[in-house]
Amino acid sequence: MKNILAVSSIVIKELYRRKDFYVLFILTALICLVMASVRIFNDDKIVRYLKEICLLLVWLASLVIAITTTARQIPAERENRTLLPLLAKPLSRTELLLGKFLGCWLACGLALVCFYLFFGLLAGSREHHWPVTNYLQAGGLHWAMLGMVIALTLLGSLVFSAPSSNVTICFVIVSGILLLGRHLNKVALALPEPRRSLLYSLYYAIPHLELFDVRDLIIHNWPPIAWRVCALATLYALAYAAGFLIAACLVFRRRALN
Amino acid sequence: MRSSRLPWLMLVALFVFCFGAAAKLDLWFQGWQGSRTQSANLLSVTLGDARRLFANHFFVKADAYFHSGYYPSVFDSRQAFQTPHMAEDTGAVRGSNSGDENGFLGRPRDWIDAFSRQFYPSVHTHLDEGGAEGHPASAGDLGDSSGVREILPWLRLSAELDPNRIETYTVTAYWLRQRMGKVAEAEQFLREGLRENPGSFEILFELGRVFAENHHDLARARNLWEAALRNWQRSEGLKEKPDPFIAEKIVSHLALLELNQGDYRQAMTHLEMWKQYSPIPEAVQKRVEELRQNLPRGTGQSRP
Repeated sequence: MKNILAVSSIVIKELYRRKDFYVLFILTALICLVMASVRIFNDDKIVRYLKEICLLLVWLASLVIAITTTARQIPAERENRTLLPLLAKPLSRTELLLGKFLGCWLACGLALVCFYLFFGLLAGSREHHWPVTNYLQAGGLHWAMLGMVIALTLLGSLVFSAPSSNVTICFVIVSGILLLGRHLNKVALALPEPRRSLLYSLYYAIPHLELFDVRDLIIHNWPPIAWRVCALATLYALAYAAGFLIAACLVFRRRALN
Repeated sequence: MRSSRLPWLMLVALFVFCFGAAAKLDLWFQGWQGSRTQSANLLSVTLGDARRLFANHFFVKADAYFHSGYYPSVFDSRQAFQTPHMAEDTGAVRGSNSGDENGFLGRPRDWIDAFSRQFYPSVHTHLDEGGAEGHPASAGDLGDSSGVREILPWLRLSAELDPNRIETYTVTAYWLRQRMGKVAEAEQFLREGLRENPGSFEILFELGRVFAENHHDLARARNLWEAALRNWQRSEGLKEKPDPFIAEKIVSHLALLELNQGDYRQAMTHLEMWKQYSPIPEAVQKRVEELRQNLPRGTGQSRP
């Protein structure tokens, strides 16, 4: 565990030394503040459009940070020739991978805290009420979803040779699931056999990232989700993340390091 | 040995050529009809006419906001949402919805479907009845209607994207004046629509309602409705199968206005027209007969 934490702390330091987060945060804040300055029909209480834009940017920024940060971890170690010296220390390949995963996940968590704080302040300044429970649930589910994405990207970084192809493929998969994942079963039911069974199997097999997208509930001020449901969703995310990590460990164990 | 001044001379020559070409082309470009720079609208400059394609998307998005996010996707049954509810509720458009608006999601198809419904809006509500914080739409109009303001940014954007989409102006004006008490903003928005769509009978009719119901200026309301009726007859009336939906609204409002003003002869004329356009002419005929019976001989005044 000590080794895993040591590796993860290096990844976190890397995130705050790099400019990605700052650029994305400032861009999000700028766009939101410009949109907030627009007066529509002389009504300064209109807020939901602003919440929608802000949450969309937060989601995009968090996915960019998670995928790009994770995708370069192992290839960068290999390219800088630091992978072999690292593994020469009392550090197993599994520990290295888990450390990289934990570091990326915690780094994304820190970024999410900043983003959601900004979102909460922006929404609260207009709405004058603070649904902290809703924001905590939204942030928590978002972070759980990023765990799955990070584990998937880590697996991709061991399968694909170039980080760019890994990033592209991960973005396509994540966007595809977020946009279509919820509807695959409806499409499957309209198809003849055996395509129906094939698509339905795919529907059950994919990690349903869209489950964790509760933006509509936040934007339209719906009541909080039951904590039991949140806990189940988190377990679902952890199970998929663990699955991807085990697969990554298996691939990494058989992989030549040079 | 090649002169070292040659690249500089070429650079100067190219600069002079570019400067001259720009000065020559600019004259033509300023007068060119297709130039996007003639518009001060950022969306118009960046998207050109393609922006109209997105106008309907944002109009529907306003309806999704009206339902606090509970809205069918392209994969769901949209029968109960063919006409946006926020437009249907204004009476400005003819509704063509059928089916169960409370249950377009149907029964959960599997455990993932059932579980996922906890993470997105899955109850039918209307913003003017309290929205997500209030109660379901089926419970009636009891809640706070101020939340309806949230649909306005998308309607404004839809009008920016397609200024010739008349429905956007009439629907927005209804919500502005009826539910938010923003009469001046509604009137200004309708006038903006009239500038973009000169002579639009739908906008003239809605503008007439602003004058009749909010400003209580019946003379101007009458003028606007009469102009709307003339324009309807000019555009729709000449068609083989005219759509009487707006005409019925115009003549019914005119008939009631004349009745209230005591101009019974004019009211009778409008009632006869109303009967012609109404989907239930028997009900209008009944009103005509009632008026005839209650009307003493010689009181059929007309306004000066």
